[in-house]
Amino acid sequence: MMDPRLLREEKSVRVLLKEVEKSLSRIGRELKLMEVCGTHTMTSYRSGLGNFLRKIGLRLISGPGCPVCITPNGIISAAVEFVSETPNVIVATFGDMLKVPTNKGSLLKIVPDKGSSVKTIYSPEEVIDMAKKNPDKQVVFLAVGFETTIPSIGWVVEEALKKGYENVSLITCLRVVPPPLRAILSSGSVALDGFIYPGHVSVILGSLPYEFIAEEFRIPGAITGFEPVDLLLGIISVLKQIESGQPKVDIAYPRVVRREGNPVARQLMDRVFEVSDGEWRGFGIIPGSALSLREKKMDAVEKFSMDTSSSWENKNCRCGDVVKGAIEPPECPLFRKVCSPEKPMGPCMVSVEGSCLIHYKYGDVEWIA
Amino acid sequence: MCLAVPLKLIEINDDIGTIESGGIRRKVNLSLVKNPKLGDFIVMHAGFAITIMDQEEGEKTLALISGWLEQEEQG
Repeated sequence: MMDPRLLREEKSVRVLLKEVEKSLSRIGRELKLMEVCGTHTMTSYRSGLGNFLRKIGLRLISGPGCPVCITPNGIISAAVEFVSETPNVIVATFGDMLKVPTNKGSLLKIVPDKGSSVKTIYSPEEVIDMAKKNPDKQVVFLAVGFETTIPSIGWVVEEALKKGYENVSLITCLRVVPPPLRAILSSGSVALDGFIYPGHVSVILGSLPYEFIAEEFRIPGAITGFEPVDLLLGIISVLKQIESGQPKVDIAYPRVVRREGNPVARQLMDRVFEVSDGEWRGFGIIPGSALSLREKKMDAVEKFSMDTSSSWENKNCRCGDVVKGAIEPPECPLFRKVCSPEKPMGPCMVSVEGSCLIHYKYGDVEWIA
Repeated sequence: MCLAVPLKLIEINDDIGTIESGGIRRKVNLSLVKNPKLGDFIVMHAGFAITIMDQEEGEKTLALISGWLEQEEQG
């Protein structure tokens, strides 16, 4: 058995960077690749590889890879309003959602109504425990996420129905990754030479749902993981495809991602959710990009007649353009001036997967070769 | 959020497993994976195993990298 530390060692990164450089010089022009997962953005900047690659002619730009960032204001403000105006309810959600500013305040700063509270969860499973322990309260799960997280959210729905917990319901912003990629390519707003597809979204999806990008748009791409070495293996695959003129969807992370994805998880998703049109911050409505609850009694928006229609955006906040890859964080007039992790003006500065937060923390990190 | 590290499955009770990494143990929900076995390395996301690692494919990736490293050393 070989040493798995090879995936983390500097010498491995160095040798892969040489392959990238050789390929770039053969291609002979500057390239722009979009990575579609906030964790790839993190890997690229925290390691300093992002800045290094830029210097040698390869720009990595972030796409819509952060679920918190693309969740529209109306969804979060509905949860803020609900917990502040309804007694004896619990709003449960992932930690990053708490600090997102809305026109009604944030879940972190709001004063909940009598007997109500906002709880941070790490795993959706905790929602079931919460419902069991609080039979006198309504537990509303503000559930956001892409394909990686959606199956576990579906599990909560099935479990609550199976156990007869009628005090559980969900506000959902569940979005699927391929449709916004079509939207970006169709709009022609960003000229891209390739995609680095998300690793763990693809664990669930497999590679088939991205095939249209290679076939219709003739754009290369590779699915990869989150070590610096994985990121570079993905980049090398894309560069090879550019060199050969044969775009495809390569799996550069085969220890984790299979072509067919995870059928067990997808079947669960199909049982619990149906495809619908969904709103994305920055994009507006994208056809077929959302998953909605089939079981309407589990839908908190219907159950409590919530209003999720507010399209308010913080004036001057360019999060919507950042998630589309149309601008990079330093191009936003608020970045570092009035918008910081301590006082975020938009979700891209809140989430650990948000481009603005990642640029703020690691934008100056240099790879020392 | 996606920085899942491979974790070794050391106990299975129906849909609930126990994983271990660096001496730390924790529970994992196994509902989303098919036929998990003791000793499998799993990828976990938000408390759920989302896939079982393919160790053979892992070896191939490592072999690819060591091939490049050897070439490099031979100059």
